[in-house]
Amino acid sequence: MINRLLSGDRPRSRLLAGVLALILIGLAFAPFLFPGTKSLDTAARICIFIVLAASYDLLLGYTGVVSFAHTMFFGIGAYGTALALSSLGPSFTAIVLGTAGGTAIAAALALAIGLFSLRVKAIFFAMVTLAVASAFAVLVSQLSGLTGGEDGLTYKIPRALGPAFKLMDGKIFGVRINGRLLCYYLVFFSALVLFLGLLRVVNSPFGRTLKAVRDNAFRAEAIGYRVVWYRTTATVLSAAVAALAGALLAIWIRYTGPATTLSMEIMIDILLMVVIGGMGTMYGAVIGATLFILAQTYLQTLMASAEHATEALPLIPLLVAPERWLLWLGMLFILSVYFFPDGVVGRLRSRR
Amino acid sequence: MAIEAPVLTTQDLTIRFGGHVAVDQVSCAFERGTLTAIVGPNGAGKTTYFNLISGQLRAYSGTVTLNGEDITRLGVPERCDRGIGRAFQLTNLFPTLSVRENVRLVVQAQARRGFDLFSRADSHIELIERAEHVLAEVHLLDQADQPVSALPHGDQRKLEVAMMIALAPQVLMFDEPTAGMSVDEVPVILDLIRELKNDRDRTILLVEHKMDVIRSLADRIIVLHNGQLVADGDPAEVMKSPIVQEAYLGNAPEDGQEAPAKSASEEVARG
Repeated sequence: MINRLLSGDRPRSRLLAGVLALILIGLAFAPFLFPGTKSLDTAARICIFIVLAASYDLLLGYTGVVSFAHTMFFGIGAYGTALALSSLGPSFTAIVLGTAGGTAIAAALALAIGLFSLRVKAIFFAMVTLAVASAFAVLVSQLSGLTGGEDGLTYKIPRALGPAFKLMDGKIFGVRINGRLLCYYLVFFSALVLFLGLLRVVNSPFGRTLKAVRDNAFRAEAIGYRVVWYRTTATVLSAAVAALAGALLAIWIRYTGPATTLSMEIMIDILLMVVIGGMGTMYGAVIGATLFILAQTYLQTLMASAEHATEALPLIPLLVAPERWLLWLGMLFILSVYFFPDGVVGRLRSRR
Repeated sequence: MAIEAPVLTTQDLTIRFGGHVAVDQVSCAFERGTLTAIVGPNGAGKTTYFNLISGQLRAYSGTVTLNGEDITRLGVPERCDRGIGRAFQLTNLFPTLSVRENVRLVVQAQARRGFDLFSRADSHIELIERAEHVLAEVHLLDQADQPVSALPHGDQRKLEVAMMIALAPQVLMFDEPTAGMSVDEVPVILDLIRELKNDRDRTILLVEHKMDVIRSLADRIIVLHNGQLVADGDPAEVMKSPIVQEAYLGNAPEDGQEAPAKSASEEVARG
């Protein structure tokens, strides 16, 4: 059963399987295991970024295509849902329409970019995506009448997904069973389904062909594969899934703006998640996204307590001051890339 | 017996790289069930000629015709679909994938399953079995699970032939299939090529330097020199003709040692 859900692509390392099971259990029971608004928000972000990083891995790790437009597709999905919710009002119809619309636009744009630029050298595709994504970000911030510009859009989501909606009186394990909880599970199960869907795609005949294209596009052509179409299909698929992840984010945080969806910073984050987790493994996206979001959220807290603990010592409190968290995050990344060139997953699998 | 139309024809096929004419108006027809050796000194345009036929390079002028259809403007995968199979001189495989997967990908391409997104690749048992069958033919089944990058050179050449067997094209092009192989491995490859030739009347084109290989396999030899077709005919006759003595045998030693220098055009062509 589990093997079928994973499309036969097992973790192939006991330790990795253990870590993945831990992450799955942690996310599945997050509202009960880690009560509190902040931790639930972190769990939902992890779910969303797992999907986002996994969809990027389809492109980077499996197809060998470097794209800088992944946050653009993420943003298109988020803005699609956000615009529908703010113009049509907080209804499930708006969510469905906005998500479908955003995903369709993202896929169409990816198709256009792919057919236009995947025929030529890989570096050209990377540059085109960078240019298109930058132009899109500028466009969104300039079209403030529609998108709210830099301020972004704030809107309401259906009442059934909000904290005011109570499914039952009282609590279970000290947790209120309300719309917010429902919303979390919407995010969690959507992310789970999307991830398992991607896992199936990479283990399909199509996914195997992508690996061949990545390994040796020249030879893949010579045995009859139309490389451009494979690369383009992978780009479209990856864009559509990124847009769906964007829609989930829009629903979860009830706000959509350039900083949360379109920024180059997020693009770099996704890239690092995939590289640190391990390219071309899918599970790497799970590990990478989880580590990254946890570090982003809790490193400052951790450092603040470290600063307090070392108050009496010279120099050390200065180094561990919370405002230096980016420095430490950077160090962690350099070390992890240095010691795990194949990512965490590659390292765990080779240890077996 | 009626004269059968040739399977593959090139008419005035020409390509230039800047001022250099690498293949110069080569017209030649290849009949079903024959093995033609293409010989000539390094830089004569043999690999470039291959690239023009299989589509890695587009002709400057002239045409390539397969079974009466003009394929000059078609891309590589389209030509592959129509029955042109190409094995490469420098090993050109999928290095991080397993030996089995390399062949399975060819079988999968033949079965037109590449765009199947939602079934599991390991559920298509028939494709895997076919791949393993071919691997057994070239005695590589024991190494099926190894990544290609871990194979010794000779086995990589065998895998190259296995991929051609799996592709089962009508026209098969081998570019120095025995290059860099040890002496005892060469006969294995030659036997495989001979079997391919005898099986279902394939048309085989072979670029080769080793004279003993040519003698044992070829029905016909064509000689390229400075991009031009300078001799064409029965192996014994062509070997004797003065132009070959001068253009080819005079330059290349008979033991088939490959000179390291290759013309820039041939290197470019190889991709």
